[in-house]
Amino acid sequence: MLNTELIINAVYVLSAALFILGLKLLSHPSTARRGNKLSAIGMLVAICVTLTDQNILAYEWIIVAIIAGSAVGAFIAKKVQLTEMPEMVSLLNGVGGLASLLVALAMLETDTAIDSYLAIIVLLAIAIGGITFSGSVVAWAKLSGKVAKLISSGSTVFSGQAFVNAFIVIAIFVLGALVVIYPQTANSTVYVYSFVALCIVLGVMLVIPIGGADMPVVISLLNSYSGLAACAAGMALNNNLLIVAGALVGASGIILTSVMCKAMNRSLINVLFSGFQAVKATEIKIEGEVKPLAADDAYYVLEAAQSVVVIPGYGMAVAQAQHAMKELQVLLEENGAEVVYGIHPVAGRMPGHMNVLLAEADVPYELLLEMDEVNARMANFDVAIVIGANDVVNPAAREIEGSPIYGMPIINADLAKNVFILKRGMASGFAGIENPLFFKDNARMIFGDAKDTINTIIRQFSD
Amino acid sequence: MSFIYLLMILMLAIFLGFELIRKVPATLHTPLMSGANAVSGITLIGAIAYSGNENLLLAQILGSVSVFLATINVVGGYMVTDRMLAMFKSK
Repeated sequence: MLNTELIINAVYVLSAALFILGLKLLSHPSTARRGNKLSAIGMLVAICVTLTDQNILAYEWIIVAIIAGSAVGAFIAKKVQLTEMPEMVSLLNGVGGLASLLVALAMLETDTAIDSYLAIIVLLAIAIGGITFSGSVVAWAKLSGKVAKLISSGSTVFSGQAFVNAFIVIAIFVLGALVVIYPQTANSTVYVYSFVALCIVLGVMLVIPIGGADMPVVISLLNSYSGLAACAAGMALNNNLLIVAGALVGASGIILTSVMCKAMNRSLINVLFSGFQAVKATEIKIEGEVKPLAADDAYYVLEAAQSVVVIPGYGMAVAQAQHAMKELQVLLEENGAEVVYGIHPVAGRMPGHMNVLLAEADVPYELLLEMDEVNARMANFDVAIVIGANDVVNPAAREIEGSPIYGMPIINADLAKNVFILKRGMASGFAGIENPLFFKDNARMIFGDAKDTINTIIRQFSD
Repeated sequence: MSFIYLLMILMLAIFLGFELIRKVPATLHTPLMSGANAVSGITLIGAIAYSGNENLLLAQILGSVSVFLATINVVGGYMVTDRMLAMFKSK
């Protein structure tokens, strides 16, 4: 008896080492794939050894559940479009949270003599798991826009929302205390399930006021929560591996959250609760003339350019312009120009979203530069091509005190010698702010679908 | 005492996580997140024991659904991460 337990735990140590090694190899694109495989092997080993547990009396249910889960997981992983990665990660966050919630519930149902310390930990796992689950479902709905009628992609606020939230939180604490103080009484099941229900409601209430533009922060935070839920379940089940793996995921989500917040020059508190504040209308009028340019004419400038920086935004993904851009990149390189991509941390809808889309279009990862790297040499670029990005290149962040994005770090596209802005029309970005970049002397607007525009330029090169 | 042990492990793992993840370049942040989804499916190993216990039907149902969901995370997470990482190519 004791021997199997010892072996199981020894193998868990190996698995933890593989998870850590896997993360370490993720520090460079050339080793990252190997790292992911090591991590997967660690997981496989852990699952296999857990199946030798003496407490398992029957395998039918386990096997059915694992086969069904694998089928669903493999199906989603193969099917998902890379533009939809934010939705997928969001859903998986929620699924992870729910899994932890259910384990914690199963534990409450099984353990007849639960002590107060354990009860608190189990409730913590339920609470984090529940909030992660429903919060992620709302985030997913906002990102995919599928339930637009029920949940708007913007911020949903109703009067008295703060009071309702406060009431829910208090009720959660009271129910939790009742479960801890009176375990195994007739009412305790009622308390437990009310507790679960309220945590799920709280997750919804916390995410609905957050606007679509802030979803990268919310996904990162919920990613972290899904790890913390596993962590809490591990504390309750006395399982070291759950704690280590959960903590690694938790730390990852927290770091990404802080990267996103810094890139928007906002605090996490501001992101989470600013939905409750009235939107300040900015009366700053930007004077000037927009200078449109035909795609045909853009060719002559690009043909003479020695160095080009491409600044993509979510609009590039919407227009599916990344493959055309890669084609243009090759033509420019054959013409003797250097082409790099400058990627803002919050470009796209989740951390690193643009990088994955460009990698899919076969752009080598050495060309994907971070904001600080391109900003340092911006004045030397002959042309900056802005595709579907707006707020992340808005010089109001540097120049106009009082602008809602003042102080946000941006890619200084306006400092390049020429700026081409590929855009459908004059609409403002997520932040809803006018962009003085469009009115600068060195800026030219190329209106139209980004993909068509780039293809027109490509045709000019071929002729 | 065992609680303190677990707390010690938690504390060390969090610090280790911060050190490791700080070194992940921004270009890999999306695969990092989907990989994190996969790792958070570790709940699976906690759920297996309940899913295999026939004595308590309710706990068995809860455990089995949990195994199902966690497996989606594990398999879906690792596979989609691998799919993405395969696209990152050098010059």
